[in-house]
Amino acid sequence: MPIVSMEAVQKWYGDYHALRDLDFSVEQGERVVICGPSGSGKSTLIRCINGLEMCDAGSIVVNGIELTKRSESVAKIRSVVGMVFQQFNLFPHLSALENCTLALTEELGLTQSQADEKAMQYLSRVRIADQATKRPAQLSGGQQQRVAIARALCLEPQLMLFDEPTSALDPEMISEVLETMVSLAEDGMSMICVTHELGFAREVAHRIIFMDEGALVEDRDPVGFFERPDNPRTKKFLSKILR
Amino acid sequence: MKEVLIDLIGAPLGTIIFQLVFAAQFTVYLSLIAFIGGGIAAIFITLARIAPYRPIRSAATGYIWLFQSTPLLMLLFLCGLGFPHLFQFQISPWTAASVALTIFTSAYLAEVWRGAIGAVETGQWEAGDALNLRYVVMLRRIIIPQAIKFGLAPTIGFLVQIIKGTSLAYIIGFQDLMLVGKRWANAPVDGSEPFIIFPIMAVLYFCLCYPLALFARQLEQKALARGQ
Repeated sequence: MPIVSMEAVQKWYGDYHALRDLDFSVEQGERVVICGPSGSGKSTLIRCINGLEMCDAGSIVVNGIELTKRSESVAKIRSVVGMVFQQFNLFPHLSALENCTLALTEELGLTQSQADEKAMQYLSRVRIADQATKRPAQLSGGQQQRVAIARALCLEPQLMLFDEPTSALDPEMISEVLETMVSLAEDGMSMICVTHELGFAREVAHRIIFMDEGALVEDRDPVGFFERPDNPRTKKFLSKILR
Repeated sequence: MKEVLIDLIGAPLGTIIFQLVFAAQFTVYLSLIAFIGGGIAAIFITLARIAPYRPIRSAATGYIWLFQSTPLLMLLFLCGLGFPHLFQFQISPWTAASVALTIFTSAYLAEVWRGAIGAVETGQWEAGDALNLRYVVMLRRIIIPQAIKFGLAPTIGFLVQIIKGTSLAYIIGFQDLMLVGKRWANAPVDGSEPFIIFPIMAVLYFCLCYPLALFARQLEQKALARGQ
């Protein structure tokens, strides 16, 4: 059973056709990188998977659960999908540790000590346990993004969504976040990453998808994607970005 | 107290100042009633204003619009004179002034607080959604703690507006600093001319409002410093 399967998905923002008749699926344990020019619908696509945006037509099934407008369906899906945002979206008034434990104590009914233990385990996993008591503002961008990854991992998701996780980072901090993502990949996590980090894509992706104007233009293995892309739009994009 | 004042500054003025200070306490009480009552009402209106159900939101928006665009003076007339006359019932100036000011305050504070909640980045809501937090948990643990930072200074600042607003309640016979002062200013007593009475009243209002205004500014600067 695929972890995500989308069929004939359409999304409009007013007149703007953000997703055009998209068919897309990801298997358990598969790692997919989505790239494409800005405004091509990459973020919209992954935000539809956990119901941050609702598609206007078509069907989305995540881990066997059909995504509908009903809150139970959305909640069930969100319980198995973790998400990492471009701007980290950490809670600024809480420490790194509290960012991680909030959902554990409030929603999963763990005691504070159980939650702390679990959160520390994942903060260590992203190599930031020593900063656990600091507030986000006291951390660098790279550290904040790693806390955000730990926060998502605490809920033990089956699938991780990354929405341009390194785009808001200073260049010298990109690698620490990518390394964390690579190590997640090595553990067999199913991942969908919207990113422009094509080195990362080449290294960890099973498939690379190129989107343009809301449509899925190319869907290939990394070698094929970089060396003999089928679509002229992919070629043009690659020639600009790999220059 | 009264005797001390009279001994200190002479008969008419000592008595006048004593009466004005005495009346100022009712200005304070009415302000507190309006602030606390209006604040409690505003909590519910704000929650309704951001509720995930459109009809509830619309009702709250309507309430805010209606009472924000109504002059306080007209609310006082309606509560103190209009409705009692229309429906043939008695109402004390205390009750009428309290109701009018509470409504006025609730609409204003609800709008301030909605703005404060709106100032919290949408990314915070999205992060909460992605973590599968329930709406109430999200509000209580994430949104409201951050919104307080934006809303505190304008809320305290508005308390100043309420204190000044209570001065309109004299129009329906509420015995406060304003009414007592006006009465003295109109009295044919030497030493109680308007140009003496009104500056004294102004000083008393200033003494009530200035510390609050100062406090609001301090809070604002603290919030700004934290934001950087």
